[in-house]
Amino acid sequence: MLTKRIIACLDVRDGRVVKGVQFRNHRDMGDILELAQRYADEGVDELVFYDITASSDGRVVDKSWVNNVARRINIPFCVAGGIRTIADARAILNDGADKISVNSPALERPDFITELAEAFGTQCVVVGIDSRVEEQDNGQVKYVVYQYTGDETKTVSSRRDTMAWAGEAQRLGAGEIVLNCMNNDGVKRGYDLAQLALVRDAVSIPVIASGGAGDYGHFADLFEKTGIDGGLAASVFHSGQIPIPSLKAFLGERGIEVRV
Amino acid sequence: MIAIIDSGGANIASVRFALGRLGVEAALTADPAVISAAERVILPGVGAAPVAMAKLDEAGLVDCIRGLTQPVLGICLGMQLLFDRSEEGDTPLLGLIGGTCEAFDPSAGLTVPHMGWNRLIPQDGAGTHPLLAGIAPGAHVYFVHSYAAPVSEDTVAACDYGGAFTALVARGNFMGAQFHPERSGPVGAMILQNFINLPAGRKG
Repeated sequence: MLTKRIIACLDVRDGRVVKGVQFRNHRDMGDILELAQRYADEGVDELVFYDITASSDGRVVDKSWVNNVARRINIPFCVAGGIRTIADARAILNDGADKISVNSPALERPDFITELAEAFGTQCVVVGIDSRVEEQDNGQVKYVVYQYTGDETKTVSSRRDTMAWAGEAQRLGAGEIVLNCMNNDGVKRGYDLAQLALVRDAVSIPVIASGGAGDYGHFADLFEKTGIDGGLAASVFHSGQIPIPSLKAFLGERGIEVRV
Repeated sequence: MIAIIDSGGANIASVRFALGRLGVEAALTADPAVISAAERVILPGVGAAPVAMAKLDEAGLVDCIRGLTQPVLGICLGMQLLFDRSEEGDTPLLGLIGGTCEAFDPSAGLTVPHMGWNRLIPQDGAGTHPLLAGIAPGAHVYFVHSYAAPVSEDTVAACDYGGAFTALVARGNFMGAQFHPERSGPVGAMILQNFINLPAGRKG
């Protein structure tokens, strides 16, 4: 049986791992290679390196560390941040990354997803979606995709519906969706299960949940109440609040299939 | 010396780095003479079967690979290329192992691609295959693929995803892993080490 994946996200800024609350006020969390090695040793299933400054600064992610990570660790990892051209993506994949993730550039030009899939295969192409829940005048909620979220002064609504965009991304060639639920990010009250279930139903490719993990039970809720394939978190892992081996043991005892 | 066949795809660096962690140097090459002379050969590959076969054909490598007598390990798409055919673009493959690679069916409720960690199920009678030395039944390895080869008499280990498919295959000196041993933690490293430990002239 395919296991549920536990994914540690390392937000990278200027070659260091950082973490903010609701995408703001970034704090230094440590060295990239040290953290990557620690997670691989502890049994995390996958790593995502996300350069949160790149896209909004109009520059490509600094890649010097990608090659070092690839040499050192023996689990899959994905690199995100400001990948705007096929050449950007090729350089990162050739350096040893298993997947690349695109977000704002795919919103600017959706055909970029197709070009990446044709060049490298859909399995290499992750589409990250930053989504916010918004209450409408009639009291109902809608889910809206946001853009340039790495910089609070540049963050804007794309005016796209989250489920529609997820479906379009799959049709264009995405091999996986990472859904960042912005309202929940960093506040540790659990994943947005309602929103995640809607996105799960909108596509047939893997969907990874991001934003809100604060306790062991939040991961169990995610896997027991939605068909989501993996749970991504950052600060609760970096701080040591939830050690990966303890989380895997907890989920295993609940009857959730995990790699141990 | 291990030759990694340069099929032009991405992800080749990972295989080299994994061998490097085991203290083994590997040459990335598309030169038929270098490949034929290597002690062992690895055929990596990601992407689409028709594109990969066209590249091997252009590089004059189809007959070279078919004629290899040293241990050969196909990885992911590289494993599928060893089979007869793929449904993907209805493509004839190298024909070294019998069977047709078929697409997973998302309408059956499966998430596709099959992406993540899943269990190796050693097949009856294959438990002694040297590639599985030291590997516990049910060990997890990392998969990323949308097509899969059926289980046959050549299957060393299967995997279950909406039904059984071939995860590890061997027919004589031609072996293949549908998963990525280079990205499968200590289990994957041990399978690569087992491949390195095979006698260079082994013909099964």
